[in-house]
Amino acid sequence: MRHDHDASAALLEQVNQALNERTPLRIQGSNSKNMLGRPVAGEVLDTRSHRGIVSYDPTELVLTARAGTPLVDIEAALDAAGQMLPFEPPHFGPGATLGGMVAAGLSGPRRPWAGSVRDYVLGTRVITGHGKMLRFGGEVMKNVAGYDLSRLMAGSFGCLGVLTEVSLKVLPKPRKCQSLRLEMDLHQALGELAEWGQQPIPISAASYDGHALHLRLEGGEGSVASAVERLGGEYLDGSYWTDLREQRLGFFEAPQPLWRLSLPHNSAPIELPGRQLLDWGGAQRWLKSDAPAEQIRQAVARIGGHATLYESDPASFHPLDGPLLRYHRNLKLQLDPQGIFNPGRLYAEV
Amino acid sequence: MNILYDERVDGALPRVDKAALLFELRESLPDLEILYSQEDLLPYECDGLSAYRVVPLLVVLPKRIEHVQALLKICHARQVPVVARGAGTGLSGGALPLEQGILLVMARFNRIIEVNPEGRYARVQPGVRNLAISQAAAPHGLYYAPDPSSQIACSIGGNVAENAGGVHCLKYGLTVHNLLKVEILTIEGEYMTLGSDALDAPGFDLLALFTGSEGMLGIVTEVTVKLLPKPQVARVLLASFDSVEKAGRAVGDIIAAGIIPGGLEMMDNLSIRATEDFIHAGYPVDAAAILLCELDGVEADVQEDCECVEAVLRAAGATDVRLACDEAERARFWAGRKNAFPAVGRISPDYYCMDGTIPRRELPGVLNGITELSEEYGLRVANVFHAGDGNMHPLILFDANQPGELERAEALGGKILELCVAVGGSITGEHGVGREKINQMCAQFNSDELTLFHAVKHAFDPQGLLNPGKNIPTLHRCAEFGSMHVHHGKLPFPELERF
Repeated sequence: MRHDHDASAALLEQVNQALNERTPLRIQGSNSKNMLGRPVAGEVLDTRSHRGIVSYDPTELVLTARAGTPLVDIEAALDAAGQMLPFEPPHFGPGATLGGMVAAGLSGPRRPWAGSVRDYVLGTRVITGHGKMLRFGGEVMKNVAGYDLSRLMAGSFGCLGVLTEVSLKVLPKPRKCQSLRLEMDLHQALGELAEWGQQPIPISAASYDGHALHLRLEGGEGSVASAVERLGGEYLDGSYWTDLREQRLGFFEAPQPLWRLSLPHNSAPIELPGRQLLDWGGAQRWLKSDAPAEQIRQAVARIGGHATLYESDPASFHPLDGPLLRYHRNLKLQLDPQGIFNPGRLYAEV
Repeated sequence: MNILYDERVDGALPRVDKAALLFELRESLPDLEILYSQEDLLPYECDGLSAYRVVPLLVVLPKRIEHVQALLKICHARQVPVVARGAGTGLSGGALPLEQGILLVMARFNRIIEVNPEGRYARVQPGVRNLAISQAAAPHGLYYAPDPSSQIACSIGGNVAENAGGVHCLKYGLTVHNLLKVEILTIEGEYMTLGSDALDAPGFDLLALFTGSEGMLGIVTEVTVKLLPKPQVARVLLASFDSVEKAGRAVGDIIAAGIIPGGLEMMDNLSIRATEDFIHAGYPVDAAAILLCELDGVEADVQEDCECVEAVLRAAGATDVRLACDEAERARFWAGRKNAFPAVGRISPDYYCMDGTIPRRELPGVLNGITELSEEYGLRVANVFHAGDGNMHPLILFDANQPGELERAEALGGKILELCVAVGGSITGEHGVGREKINQMCAQFNSDELTLFHAVKHAFDPQGLLNPGKNIPTLHRCAEFGSMHVHHGKLPFPELERF
């Protein structure tokens, strides 16, 4: 394991050089999320030399670390204090970094109940397109001074600046956790989820694999025990959720392209060619399909959703409508006027 | 009002031909209600921060969103500044009118469009009151979590603009955590949807950027909020301490025990006594500090948590711990806290409420610092604290009729905020910057950071027509302010001329 190291000066120098020479940069940690987004041509800016947990005080529920810190290091430190990243970020590789986690903005099975990566971002340090190292947000839970640029960075795929440091809110692990498997058909599963969602049942993950509803219950001893008794079904090993999050279930092995459909959670089943796997209680549906992108995108857009192709592809992300794309472009021009940060990773125009 | 808070510090005011503007608005929008006479405008001269008053050029009270769109197009074409206002309950002067600007009152858009229990969301117009959403959702066992203390009056559009909080933020988050989608109009009068009906949306997270942007980037026309199942039970513990340090440490101990309370509030002795005189909540008037700890959720878990927290509180040195024995006592315990501000209002002709946040571990040092500042400025300070999330509300007691006291209160408030920044905190946790804390922004951010904020503003509103002079100070203002202020031992903005 490499040692903690503050390489922010070197990163800033590389950005300034790129600005002087007008060469685009391809920002990456371990490159574990390279299947997402449009291909980027540019000189690699590797954040992994800038690593280490800067501060972590469990009683403050705040952890600050450098962007190149491996996620496994962060999770180990939290685990030792009985705490966790509530949004369960997917790693997609052993070297996944904190910076990549925030830039990709991906969250795991607990997301509908606990919130997303951006919900837990409290502050960031960012190298901007003006060659400055700036600090936004902070290490406090509530902070409404100025625009929330820190949360804007989550899911921006490095198109607005280089993240060098992130402060996150963290939470204690639940006292009790139990997963269940309940055989039923899809319609029944969606119906049950809609009903249970309106009740104080401590569900923290819900997935349907084509045969059975998989549930995770988390909370105190009492609430989990009474929910288990009420819901019935058979016990399920908790590793199911890690395999789902890391796309290691058999479903993901099919040869067709993988699509992520983000939908209102109570949407009726969508008729599309291929197989589907439900996650996030119905709000995230994985699709293995050869159907044309246009057909998939139209089907989800009709019901208020959007679709992402999990392949490095010029049309990986769902297209934006006219005004929205224009304001994305405006923002990019303001924050990265020379267009050196991951140009085109999200959309050709940004 | 101190001259430093004047909008002229940011630059010359625009010149707007009121008669010509009024004529065009009446021609283009004959059924739009417009106020223009001095006596009709006067009630709108301030928001919840009544110390700052400016009579607006015009007030418009649209009832149709198309009118808002048409108005914005006219303002954009004529370069007229626009300040949006919801219920006018904000405490930072975010909706303070401009002498040469239109005050756009959104309060009449007060329709709840849809409550969807299966989808667990509500779609509402921006003028709907915060509490009205929870009331509409209540028949389904659902509620909207953020509960700023003004929730019976404040509007959801204003909540979005300020990223409003409340007493349950540690567990349930701020406004930004409880939104799905916001429909806005840009200054050019263009509709845009931020967020979506799903849990995320493609592209940059403009919903996060927009939330808390204080009306500087666009006008909210519709909001879709998440609804949560109402917790089955809520119990409150009231713990007394003989020192604020012990109370502060107890908060950390509760978190360290793995418990996230629904609410965790602290009050100091001056607040306790003022509140007890007013509300008779049953607070111990001799205690140096009290903690109110609310635990909510499923019955069995709350039972476990209560036992655990009581043990933690006693181990932390609480002199007394009481569990509210029934719903009436729980309501009474909370009534004290929720009426702390008006209670303080009874013991002082005026008070000024601050909103700094700090890392919790810094609490004892910051409270000592506030005590010292309080003596230095000769004004009493009562402390009410969202202890769980580090959000302090020091209340500075003063009498505006005594010459110089308001200015002293403002100066003391500024010092308290700078103290928060110095220990790694923020000048505002939930009330927003508005006009009130505009100068302290120069202490929290350097000129490069402020320049980037202006760049963000430029992406949405290059002419600076939406709520100018709020939220983000001009570098000119910081130079003026900086001439009396030294940041981290260095004069900020050394590159700028001093005036």
